[in-house]
Amino acid sequence: MTTQPNLAPPAAAKPRSRLYRMWDSDIFFSFRRSPVTIVAAIVAVLLIGAALLAPWIAPYNPFDPSSLNLMDGFTPPNSQSMMGNYFLMGSDHQGRDVFSTILYGSRVSLFVGVLATAFAMLIGISLGLTAGYVGGKTDAVIMRVADIQLSFPAILIALLIFGIARGIIPPSKQENMALWVLIIAIGLSNWAQFARTVRGATMVERQKDYVSAARIMGVHPLFILVRHVLPNVMAPVLVIATIGLALAIIEEATLSFLGVGVPPTQPSLGTLIRIGQQFLFSGEWWILFFPAITLILLALAVNLLGDWLRDALNPRLR
Amino acid sequence: MLAFILRRLAQSIVVMGVVALISFMLFRYVGDPVASLLGQDSRLEDFEDLRQRLGLNDPFYVQFGRFVGNALQGEFGISYRLQTPVTELIMSRLPATIELAFASALIALVFGLSLGVFTALKPRSFLTGVVMTLSLVGVSLPTFLIGIGLIYVFAVELQWLPSFGRGQVVDLGWWKTGLLTESGLRSLILPAITLSLFQLTLIMRLVRAEMLEVLRQDYIKFARARGLSNRAINFGHALKNTMVPVITITGLQLGSVIAFSIVTETVFQWPGVGSLFINSVQVVDVPVMAAYLMFIAFVFVVINLIVDILYYAVDPRLRINASGSGK
Repeated sequence: MTTQPNLAPPAAAKPRSRLYRMWDSDIFFSFRRSPVTIVAAIVAVLLIGAALLAPWIAPYNPFDPSSLNLMDGFTPPNSQSMMGNYFLMGSDHQGRDVFSTILYGSRVSLFVGVLATAFAMLIGISLGLTAGYVGGKTDAVIMRVADIQLSFPAILIALLIFGIARGIIPPSKQENMALWVLIIAIGLSNWAQFARTVRGATMVERQKDYVSAARIMGVHPLFILVRHVLPNVMAPVLVIATIGLALAIIEEATLSFLGVGVPPTQPSLGTLIRIGQQFLFSGEWWILFFPAITLILLALAVNLLGDWLRDALNPRLR
Repeated sequence: MLAFILRRLAQSIVVMGVVALISFMLFRYVGDPVASLLGQDSRLEDFEDLRQRLGLNDPFYVQFGRFVGNALQGEFGISYRLQTPVTELIMSRLPATIELAFASALIALVFGLSLGVFTALKPRSFLTGVVMTLSLVGVSLPTFLIGIGLIYVFAVELQWLPSFGRGQVVDLGWWKTGLLTESGLRSLILPAITLSLFQLTLIMRLVRAEMLEVLRQDYIKFARARGLSNRAINFGHALKNTMVPVITITGLQLGSVIAFSIVTETVFQWPGVGSLFINSVQVVDVPVMAAYLMFIAFVFVVINLIVDILYYAVDPRLRINASGSGK
């Protein structure tokens, strides 16, 4: 699918609104041409929107002990419990509405995923810019560290950071800090991709005339990097960030599934799957099934969006 | 070639040194080893006494030197949680993990290679479309969900295969193998498939991409013009030239196999090193964590070294130009 050049001379056309020009751009052209991407975008928007609006959408508050009733437990999907409460996706062993826990769970998953990706991006971009611009020994050291990080699987690094944090933080504070430890652990295990890409792009950019010009004019290197180089290396960073978000969500789910992730008072999708797995053999499939489907849809949708973004921003790559 | 291997070896030793330093710091500064070994109601003098006896009052480099010396002899201290030597613990669980990793690597290589070659040679086939779509889903599915899905289908619904444990094991000296009993082999199937899927899709996509690239080259056209049989072209010329990246990725991915084996072992309650590690992270059993870290790093370094040497065997061009350092 090649993006066709806009044949109409832009000067002759009457000035359009900004929104229309965005809609008419190459990127959105490739978006409109790919039904898979449109579906992925709709799914992603729905899931993210539902997660953000969880307190208003959720029919029950699953974390309010006073509203829980054990008599509601194990209600199958789309039916009423003995107490007369209706559960769209059934209820779990404590009588919590699975639909509501999923809404709140994807909120936690997304929160951790987005912040961890942002953290990884921050480290990766600053180290990558420094390595690419300064070069020499600094570059060699940063890139060696990135190499080592990349050759170890992210899960392993995150587990290790998590274990160390557990040893250092006093037990009384662990529950409050667990979410942040998780974000830092996932962020620290994913920065190398960003650093590598940004470094490569920076090395290309710094050869260009506009950087030399700025340098000759005596602009501070930090200003050059942030204002001139950074905007020009953002395209690949965006692609990695999108795919990295999917990875971070899956990583969080895996860690929570292993029982070393978010605290049990704030279950994420991974925790819900961990809970649901206990009831797999007794036939209460819905406790596991719906969180799992949500996680798969979320990861798949974000992944597909990342794929599309990669193709759209870099037509040569195909 | 010898110089190249020696240089790689030196690099590996540096990496091991850094990892040793990290795991020593972990061992020494995360938590208090003395408090973990003594009970809560020991006297203060006991603490000081044990501190002295363990050499915790010595300077940093002396302690580090002792740690490395012990590690070289396979000595990693005593697990806080189980009160047994860490080395013994790891050794007793290693066979389970190794058998699982090799079974899954075998599955991944056999199916990955054949599916990759098939989808490259028959790009328009309906089956190719099915396989490629499935592989896309396989890549984006988390390992633990694949495992749970397999358990649901084959253990809960069909009840064909066991869902947890290793089945019956046979004692061969210190190596307890599950490969010789029927229940052991049956228990191996689901975890091995779970662990292999990620690698399988990766190898398949890689082989396919490389094959498609190679099949476009001039020497393939020339081979066809010479009238060589399809089999000789596809397997003798094309496949052989796709092997370098395949070996690299497969080798480097063995590390991910170890990481995913943590997940797989947890899902299937497989009594391997990975589940030992998870349990020790949960209770901050620092000696086990430190030893596991060293062990993983060692495996990585050895695998990387083997991959580098394999390059030479597969790609003759490297024998002339020794400066290419892979990756």
